Amino acid sequence: MNIVVENLTKTYGVQNAIDDISFEVKTGQIMGFLGPNGAGKTTTMKIITCFMAPTKGDVRVGEYSIKDEQEFIKKRIGYLPEHNPLYTDMPVIEYLTFTAKLQGVSKSDMNTQLKSMIALCGLDKEKHKQISELSKGYRQRVGLAQALIHDPEILILDEPTTGLDPNQIVEIRNLIKHIGEQKTVILSTHIMQEVEATCDRMMIINNGKIVADGAPTTIRKQAQGHEVLQICIEDGPSENILSGLQNLATVKSVDINPKNQNHFVIESINDESSKRAIFQLCVQNGWVITELVPVEKSMEDVFRKLTLN
Amino acid sequence: MKQIWTIAIREFRAFFDSLIAYFLITIFLGLTGLFTWLPVFNSDVFFNQQANMQPFFAIAYWAMFFFIPALSMRMLAEENKSGTLELLLTKDVTDWQVVLGKFVAVMLLVIVALLFSLPFYFTIAWLGPIDHGAVICGYLGIILMSAAYAGIGIFASSITSNQIVAFLLALLIGVMFLMVFGGLAASIGGTLGKVFNYMSISTHYESMSRGVLDTRDIFYFLSIAGLGLLLAETVLSKRKATH
Repeated sequence: MNIVVENLTKTYGVQNAIDDISFEVKTGQIMGFLGPNGAGKTTTMKIITCFMAPTKGDVRVGEYSIKDEQEFIKKRIGYLPEHNPLYTDMPVIEYLTFTAKLQGVSKSDMNTQLKSMIALCGLDKEKHKQISELSKGYRQRVGLAQALIHDPEILILDEPTTGLDPNQIVEIRNLIKHIGEQKTVILSTHIMQEVEATCDRMMIINNGKIVADGAPTTIRKQAQGHEVLQICIEDGPSENILSGLQNLATVKSVDINPKNQNHFVIESINDESSKRAIFQLCVQNGWVITELVPVEKSMEDVFRKLTLN
Repeated sequence: MKQIWTIAIREFRAFFDSLIAYFLITIFLGLTGLFTWLPVFNSDVFFNQQANMQPFFAIAYWAMFFFIPALSMRMLAEENKSGTLELLLTKDVTDWQVVLGKFVAVMLLVIVALLFSLPFYFTIAWLGPIDHGAVICGYLGIILMSAAYAGIGIFASSITSNQIVAFLLALLIGVMFLMVFGGLAASIGGTLGKVFNYMSISTHYESMSRGVLDTRDIFYFLSIAGLGLLLAETVLSKRKATH
């Protein structure tokens, strides 16, 4: 089941929380929604899950529109909201049963669904505990379990790994990847590695507008621009090496490390690589390359570049 | 329908898990028992020398006024505060089903409390000639009045995320219907006075507790209950409105 967002706008007073955004998530994709706080991620998710109505625009889930076919949509979506609100006065199993009943899981399927969810989310030891007794990591798992219990085709996860420790994060991520093999997933996060690790596709949203949309590697390459290399060249006088590098046709700029005269940062001109030219230069002069490290723009840098304006 | 019941059962269980049900039933039975059976304020059956449930109904009238806002205060206010309402409304339920489910839970607890009071009825019936019709009518009156309070209480809970505000607001609205309108009716004459008289709970409850089953009274209580629930549902659905 795919999700099509068309010209979605949500205005609070005079502010546009989201401003005329459109995108499509195809069946089976895991899409990562990235953005600073207040960018509009949660608002978009609340609209897709039919919690609130947009000011303008429409969302179609499969062939159903959020405008008048909400019952159909709500049945097919599993939602894990930010802060993972749960009824803390209920035991895990009772809560999952309650959620399952609300979502139309039949009596005959109930036991099998409960068992498989509890197994999938690793809740077996905790299933009789009250939710208030669980740690944050386990509460997050309960939140995921309630989102999945009715086997929805679509999962909307708002910051599913916030507040978890590194081990728990890895577990939840693997869980999401595993589930995402058959379902359409939209997840929002601040963590760049998460997007690269779990998602096929990512969107960066800022101030209510989409500023990037594509596969994580593609976006990084786009933001990269020119090649940057960190290089250590020895067995030659530093000034000669410097001028030799600067004279290369593909090199845009060379910075020398003040702490180590043999260490340079070389930026190439657009769409060109200087690696071969540098190698040839060193061979001609008898210099030795002891270190050659490509500097890749991290997702953090990409994110910063696209959202700080 | 099933959804309403699922929600109602969950809320009902939560009353007992949080112990509030035990407290309120004990206080309710304690108070009504005290005034019905013991010579406090000379209202008890032995003082009255009449085999009827009037003392019980008179106290229940006041007890419910406090009892029900205490039950309903948490129902939507806590969900607003913790964010569970957001999650609930994205499930395959309508706003109406949520509101009605909570209403049914309150009424269920009221009926449980009243069931526990049946021994009073049986004892008085054994002690003397009791008008059974009047007693049944009186119980019906309590249930209807509780329904009205429940409607008010759930509405009050829907517009805030603070339980205490919900409780006080429900009491405030209840006081209007319980005392203010009655007072105004007494001091203002003419048509306006008659209107206030009709809007006052005491007018309607009194006749029911004496065994008079008037459709106007039934209509009155159900209207208040309905209005309260309608307003609560409107509050919930406002978030769906485009503005």
